[in-house]
Amino acid sequence: MEIGLIHYLTLSAIFLALGIFTVLSRRHVIVMLMGTELILNAAALNFVAFGRYVTGGLNGQLMTIFIIVIAAAEAAVALAIVIAMFRNFNTVRVDEVDRLRQ
Amino acid sequence: MDPIISSALLILALPVVSYVLLFFFGEKLPRRGDWLGIGLVGASWVLSLKIFWHFWGVNDPGHQIEQSWNWFTISSFSVDFGILVDGMTAVMLVVVTTVSFLVHLFSSGYMWGDRRYARYFAFLGWFTFAMLGIVLSNSVFFLYIFWELVGVASYVLIGFFFHKNSAADANKKAFLVNRVGDLGFWLGILLFFTAVGSFNYNDLFAGVADGALQGGLLTAAGILLFMGAVGKSAQVPLHVWLPDAMEGPTPVSALIHAATMVAAGVYMTARLLPLFSPDALLFVAYTGAITAIFAATIAIVQTDIKRGLAYSTLSQLGYMVMAVGVGSASAGLFHLTTHAFFKACLFLGSGAVIHAMHHQQDMRFMGGLRKKMPITAAAMIASTIAISGVPPFSGFWSKDAVLGAALAFGMENPAHYLPFILALLAAVITGFYMFRIIFMTFFGKPRDQEAYDRAHEVSWRMTTPLVVLGFLAVVAGGFPGLGSGWFERFVQNPQVEMVAGTHGVEMAAAEHSVPTSELVETTHAVPAPEQTGAGHGASGAVSAGGNVADGGNVADVNAADPHGEESLVGDTRTASTPAADTRGAPAGDAHAAAADTPATDEHHDVHHIAHQRAMVMSIFAAALGILLAWLFYIRRTFSSERVQAAFPGVHRTLDNKYWVDEFYRDHVVANVRRTAALSAGFDNIVVDGLVNGVGYLTRFAGDLSGHIDRLFVDGLVNAVGDILRGLGGMVSSWQTGRVQNYFLGLVGGLVVLILVYRTVWLG
Repeated sequence: MEIGLIHYLTLSAIFLALGIFTVLSRRHVIVMLMGTELILNAAALNFVAFGRYVTGGLNGQLMTIFIIVIAAAEAAVALAIVIAMFRNFNTVRVDEVDRLRQ
Repeated sequence: MDPIISSALLILALPVVSYVLLFFFGEKLPRRGDWLGIGLVGASWVLSLKIFWHFWGVNDPGHQIEQSWNWFTISSFSVDFGILVDGMTAVMLVVVTTVSFLVHLFSSGYMWGDRRYARYFAFLGWFTFAMLGIVLSNSVFFLYIFWELVGVASYVLIGFFFHKNSAADANKKAFLVNRVGDLGFWLGILLFFTAVGSFNYNDLFAGVADGALQGGLLTAAGILLFMGAVGKSAQVPLHVWLPDAMEGPTPVSALIHAATMVAAGVYMTARLLPLFSPDALLFVAYTGAITAIFAATIAIVQTDIKRGLAYSTLSQLGYMVMAVGVGSASAGLFHLTTHAFFKACLFLGSGAVIHAMHHQQDMRFMGGLRKKMPITAAAMIASTIAISGVPPFSGFWSKDAVLGAALAFGMENPAHYLPFILALLAAVITGFYMFRIIFMTFFGKPRDQEAYDRAHEVSWRMTTPLVVLGFLAVVAGGFPGLGSGWFERFVQNPQVEMVAGTHGVEMAAAEHSVPTSELVETTHAVPAPEQTGAGHGASGAVSAGGNVADGGNVADVNAADPHGEESLVGDTRTASTPAADTRGAPAGDAHAAAADTPATDEHHDVHHIAHQRAMVMSIFAAALGILLAWLFYIRRTFSSERVQAAFPGVHRTLDNKYWVDEFYRDHVVANVRRTAALSAGFDNIVVDGLVNGVGYLTRFAGDLSGHIDRLFVDGLVNAVGDILRGLGGMVSSWQTGRVQNYFLGLVGGLVVLILVYRTVWLG
């Protein structure tokens, strides 16, 4: 069986589902960030797959590199927020931090 | 200002000064201020004597001194306060101030020690002021004001011992009964005022003489005026208040309820005599005569010394009113004057007796007191002889004048003998009941030995007034050597048309216009002969049957009869006291000179004969009454108990005063109460019902709109709020603050959007 577009898309969908599930089900904020990374990676894999099989050229890879850069920036900002959160609330569990409700 | 007018104003002002000072500062003054009241009223008395002396010298009843001050003016209508002094006023001033002064003096002994001593003297001053005001006024308006003022003074003084229920009831009764009379009086005043347009006496006389009021209306207005006198002078049927008024302090009874205030009705009727039509005067005469006999019979059975004297007063007031009613104002006022002295003396004497007996008023517990109280006994016996009409005591002269006038009236109008007969009968009874009082009190054996032993003569403050009044009771009417004519110097009968005459109106008018045209501050003196003559001319013409009532006749009379009135007096006196023959001579000449005028002559003959007959009959009447009293109470030939047992019905009737009080209670008062209850019921049911109904309706409407407001308007507003709050509550529960919940929503929303995209856009 030849590896085709559908396989990439399927893998990408599995990543997306696993990422979403991780974000929704884990209470630890670091684990949730890891789930977000999975979702970004699913999107990046989609771009690469569509770039190879549908449009051709370098457009898909360009977008993927752009996403990796954004993911790096996001990880830096998000970890800073996690540290601030830990300092302020003395916890890393998101269900204990519900200040927004008020 | 005329010195007489200024004296009159001072006489009026001094008692009111006494009132004000004693009312506010009395308790702080030494002896609690009684000397102030006595002194000020004494000063009034001296000034009154001055005026009296002046008018004695003037010797003309028509002489008037009048002055008015404008009180207020409303467009064309103005009310003046004015003083009118003439002979009648002068006599009344002396009567009022003399009795008032002596009562003040007596009270300083009798009332000494009372808790409200100074207040008592203040009230006496107030009363004296009001009474003098009645006498001095020159208009019916101020007459009425002072008339009410004496009524209020009488009210507070009857109720002076207001802690006694009987006194509190008595003063209410006096006030309310007087209201009935005063209502009529005021209506009468208004009737005359609307017809004439003035309150002034002389204007009224002139207006009525000009025929401003005529016929039945004039009679009605006169009877209405007389209603005031019926109330104030306690004539039947409004006499019921006077006996109860004896609840007041005894000196007050002497001053107000014997000598002065009750005589105000007589004074008023005499003063306003020209306003009375013949029919009204007939009514007056009969009222007086009935009162005289009615009260005299009740007096027979009284056992309370003051009540006995009260009924005697009623009876004597009846005499005065009757005298005025038969057209003889001078006889009525003459009797008023002498009565004031001897009845004040009797009341003050009874006060002394009551004081000495430690407030025992029942004569059945007295007796033999003349040995203990010789001065009081002497003064009271002198006064009793006077009131019984024994010559030559004062009461004899005045009662003779009254009876003579009544008899002459009867002789001229044979249909109206009744007043004279009743009055003569009352004279017999007067002698009887007055001597009964004296015999029971001062003679016989003491019936209450203990009280008798403690009794004593009273102090000089109380005996002095008794002696003075006792003396006046003897001499005030005139005595042999001086005659009884002094009163004619002051009061002369105004010419009024009597029953028999129907044609004399124009004549009367002509005569009245002469004196009444003289007004403010003119010392007006109509020559005495002319007035006297004119006066007799009118009566003479009337009595002659009405055939010669023209002006010529009047002129004749003027010329012919200069001293008609004096001749009369001279003759009667001659008949009774032959020792004074010489005094009859000049008067007799005048009488002879009058003989060529037939009408006058006949009139004079009637009066002459009437007075002679009345004199003889009144002496016999007095003697008979006294003899009966002597037989009953000294000799004990007859027993009053036996007579009482023989005629139980008569005794019961008299003892219950003819059941007049009971009649009023059962019929008048009961009906008034019933009417009051009815109107109270009407008020409670209909008026209150109306008001309450409106209230209920309003409240019901309010309730209704309140419900609507609560249910619908509030419901709407609340519903909006509730819905919003519910929605908000619902929405706010979504905001948990947890990141994962929001993310779940995001994912869920994305899924929904994808599904929608697939079904709507692609499917």
